[in-house]
Amino acid sequence: MDGRIVVAGASLAGLNAAETLRREGFTGELVVVDADPATPYDKPPLSKQVLAGTWEPEKIVLPAARPDAGLDLTWRLGQRAVGLDVAGRRLRLEGGDELAFDGLVIASGAAPRHLPGTDGIGGVHVLRTLADSLAIRGAVDAGASDVVVIGAGFIGAEAAATCRERGCTVTILEAAPVPFERSLGPRIGPLVADLHRDHGVDVRLGVRIDGLDSDPGRDGNPVTGVRLEGGEVVAADLVIVGIGVAPGVGWLEGAAGITLDNGVVTDATLLAAPGIVAAGDVARWPSARYGELLRIEHWENAIQMGEHAGRTLAAHLAGDADAALPYDPVPWFWSDMYDRKIQLAGRSGPDHDVEVVIGATEERRFVALYGRAGRVEGVLGWNRPRHVMQLRSLVDTPTPWSDGIEQARALA
Amino acid sequence: MRVVVDFDLCESNAVCMGIVPEVFEVRDDDFLYILQENPPEELRSKIEEAVRRCPKQAIAIED
Ligand SMILES: Cc1cc2nc3c(=O)[nH]c(=O)nc-3n(C[C@H](O)[C@H](O)[C@H](O)COP(=O)(O)OP(=O)(O)OC[C@H]3O[C@@H](n4cnc5c(N)ncnc54)[C@H](O)[C@@H]3O)c2cc1C
Ligand code: SF4
Repeated sequence: MDGRIVVAGASLAGLNAAETLRREGFTGELVVVDADPATPYDKPPLSKQVLAGTWEPEKIVLPAARPDAGLDLTWRLGQRAVGLDVAGRRLRLEGGDELAFDGLVIASGAAPRHLPGTDGIGGVHVLRTLADSLAIRGAVDAGASDVVVIGAGFIGAEAAATCRERGCTVTILEAAPVPFERSLGPRIGPLVADLHRDHGVDVRLGVRIDGLDSDPGRDGNPVTGVRLEGGEVVAADLVIVGIGVAPGVGWLEGAAGITLDNGVVTDATLLAAPGIVAAGDVARWPSARYGELLRIEHWENAIQMGEHAGRTLAAHLAGDADAALPYDPVPWFWSDMYDRKIQLAGRSGPDHDVEVVIGATEERRFVALYGRAGRVEGVLGWNRPRHVMQLRSLVDTPTPWSDGIEQARALA
Repeated sequence: MRVVVDFDLCESNAVCMGIVPEVFEVRDDDFLYILQENPPEELRSKIEEAVRRCPKQAIAIED
């Protein structure tokens, strides 16, 4: 197989697709484009070790971007894709360059939502890139002490924990009355808020933000506080906005032949258009397991989906479209806060039944099963990696709810 | 083939155990144990998968 494949997005999904294409025998030119000028890096440490100051950026370089990777990639870093001509097989870059391709991997990930009305105010950050993480770390190094995290999502909550461990005063502001309800449900979600409170974080639920106060008299117009509806002001010299992400599809708008609907919609094999695959946070595919279109914003999915998309593209380029298989993994996610490791196999949410099967929530070391329609759909662990891994099979192969509970209890 | 884990990096999340339980085991003490340091060749592709999926990039294969 030769010709040219372009990978748009040099992060987890894109680089795993590139590695897979080489493993599958693609010997042509592999061009990797990314708007971010930094050597491609891994993101989870950005809210953990990098933010804490315990890891330097060199430590998070992705394997495919290391000097000894031997993948023969042509890098186009710091260059943004701005348009795609599906029929003409060309990618347009900012500045006017065009790249013709035989195959394309769309792996442009997701980008954080910004809080409206914060332009021109200093000390307000989102957390997605290495530059974001280093900027927040630098602010704490320089003495920022009143940190306000807007939005109780996992990335914001991890950043809150890391800043707290660095000695900052930390407040989390969340609009929903029940924290982490959408992701973990009403029983387990509040435990995350309790964990933060026990570490001295002020977690405020059901609050609405009116705007930010800043000091235009000082250099850079730094933020001084977050104004809540009702008039109260929470003092802040560092604000981290963690109100979720949106799929990175701006550059694909209007590209005839690509379906955009909360991400790039692919078929079950991850094909988005002839010769074009999509993977990672940006991609939405029909999952047979769940009977719906899924878009997953997790680390392991980006790896697995990147690999899968690479195989699908290799099959098409080799003229063997039948070799492209459906993608249908069980989602896997983890989050680290303080000394707790939260791991989830499968799905959990507000509509699931929840049963704590090993340990106790008060110990913050437990396993809970999530079930729906009489089946186990998720296995959640807090500091129980061994048991989560052993029980992952309850989700891999459909297991009746009562059998799952019995099997899990037998492990305890 | 020799499997090496950098225990300074390993955080015992048991991801590798999920992929190759024949080689990796996280026990109740929350430490990772390598069950076979020189596993048979037929496990190579699964171990390579564990290398790729280890969130800490803590696993290496020395030939
Ligand atoms: C701070 C942080 C902590 C996280 N922690 C965890 C965790 O603990 N557990 C977990 O499971 N997941 C975690 N995640 C999520 C995980 O990192 C993502 O799911 C994963 O990075 C997705 O990979 P991706 O390659 O699909 O997209 P991304 O990593 O978002 O990469 C997309 C790339 O595309 C580039 N790009 C976008 N648009 C363009 C364009 N127009 N032209 C060129 N390039 C473009 C971007 O610059 C970026 O490099 C975390 C994420 C963050 C940000
Ligand atoms: S996957 Fe990596 S970090 Fe996790 S237990 Fe195995 S070696 Fe350790």
